[in-house]
Amino acid sequence: MKILIVGGGMGGTILANNLARRLSTELRSGKARITMLSASDKHMYQPGLLYLAVGRMTPDELYRDQRSLLEPGIDFHVDPAEEFRLDKNEVRTKGGKVYGYDVMVVATGSRAMPEEIPGLAENSEMFYTEESAVKMFRSLQKFQGGKVVIAMGVPHKCPMAPLEIAFMLHDYFRNRGILDKTKIHYTYPIGRVHSLENVAKWAAPEFDRLGISYETLFNMKEVDGAKKIVRSEEGTETDYDLLITIPAHRGMEVIEKNGMGNRGWIPTHRHKLNMEGRENVFVIGDTTNIPISKAGSTAHFEAEALGENIAAMVKMGMPVREYDGKVFCFIETGNDRATYASFDYLNPPDPKVPTRAIHWFKLAYNKLYWASARGLL
Amino acid sequence: MANRKIVDARGSFCPGPLMELIAAMKAAQIGDELEILSTDKGSANDIPEWIRKVKHEHLETTEENGVWHVLVKKAK
Ligand SMILES: Cc1cc2nc3c(=O)[nH]c(=O)nc-3n(C[C@H](O)[C@H](O)[C@H](O)COP(=O)(O)OP(=O)(O)OC[C@H]3O[C@@H](n4cnc5c(N)ncnc54)[C@H](O)[C@@H]3O)c2cc1C
Repeated sequence: MKILIVGGGMGGTILANNLARRLSTELRSGKARITMLSASDKHMYQPGLLYLAVGRMTPDELYRDQRSLLEPGIDFHVDPAEEFRLDKNEVRTKGGKVYGYDVMVVATGSRAMPEEIPGLAENSEMFYTEESAVKMFRSLQKFQGGKVVIAMGVPHKCPMAPLEIAFMLHDYFRNRGILDKTKIHYTYPIGRVHSLENVAKWAAPEFDRLGISYETLFNMKEVDGAKKIVRSEEGTETDYDLLITIPAHRGMEVIEKNGMGNRGWIPTHRHKLNMEGRENVFVIGDTTNIPISKAGSTAHFEAEALGENIAAMVKMGMPVREYDGKVFCFIETGNDRATYASFDYLNPPDPKVPTRAIHWFKLAYNKLYWASARGLL
Repeated sequence: MANRKIVDARGSFCPGPLMELIAAMKAAQIGDELEILSTDKGSANDIPEWIRKVKHEHLETTEENGVWHVLVKKAK
């Protein structure tokens, strides 16, 4: 069976390694083949961008050589997919090669789209790419006090990042001794400070305690850089000295161009993870349209379920389990404390009081991630 | 005729039905109808509240076997 994985990020890498282990015998005998196509020879640990933006990590710490993360039996090519010929079970790449498959998995991720909000790209700081996170840190270092507004678009990957950046900025300004001259104003698109009700219930009093003001039902419409005002779809506006944003995301352009999903989100079965209408095309990670968090942990749990299923398809012709919607997210609540939220389609999360131990565990995970990508954790 | 699109946000704790709707609105055309399916009772209030604020149209809300169906129309 020819297995083609398109995308070498969190989802694609964890899946490829999971499969290579489960199918080691079949890979050796030639009964199975795993090919991965990606857009880069580097693998970025994206959660590290949050730390980069506040000067607690450097860019080199975010990367590993993609090939070094993959099991030896995986055939890896840096050659992005350009044309998906789903009816012919083949993919044409930018390099002009054509790869056939029996089973394909798409895990091409998502991207922030600041250009969709007038004035946003030119007038705000962001941290969802290496370049923007370094630029944000430079602006923070120059900042001497004033009003910092945090605003975000929907959907965005990493649902915890809005809260985390608010708490981390608070501690950053405190450490620099300019907290008394700085006002942090947090905005959020729905009627509470976080999408998870239990997290919102915990975070709002935490904001009150730290003196972070907040405004809900705020969806960015436009940014007036001359007047330093951000306006919302809801008809309100707020002024800022420094605007920090997480723009709304789309899936990759290649998905849209191939007509595989509006705005790059591929219609995906929430339990079986196959692309709607296709039995041999599966989708994991940010690019699904499943209504759960676009997070690395989602990609991870989906990859584990799918790895088990594809291996079973090779060995006995059918899948063996369903994905239950599991997500697990750490929540950094400042420089030295953290908590977490764990939930699935049926069970809501119940975050506990933040502790130092969980923060240390998150710091450890920042390193352990590489073992996780290799499929060892 | 306007398109009707189903936004299946059942079992969505995060980002949740309203966030799913806000995202789906971006992909919809003016005049399209969106039917949000939600297992969260709060959706029956917070979706119409947001729709009113941003001046789209709330057409109806019904409940069937613990699933809320909120029908809205993109007005602008
Ligand atoms: C600042 C920040 C903080 C975050 N914090 C957390 C966190 O604490 N916890 C958490 O769980 N998640 C976090 N995330 C989210 C997490 O990084 C993503 O949800 C996760 O990486 C999604 O995995 P993925 O495999 O879908 O996509 P990605 O990991 O983005 O990988 C996509 C891959 O597809 C490749 N690709 C793109 N186009 C093509 C093409 N045409 N052909 C072939 N390959 C292609 C890319 O090169 C890349 O290798 C954070 C993200 C950011 C930006």
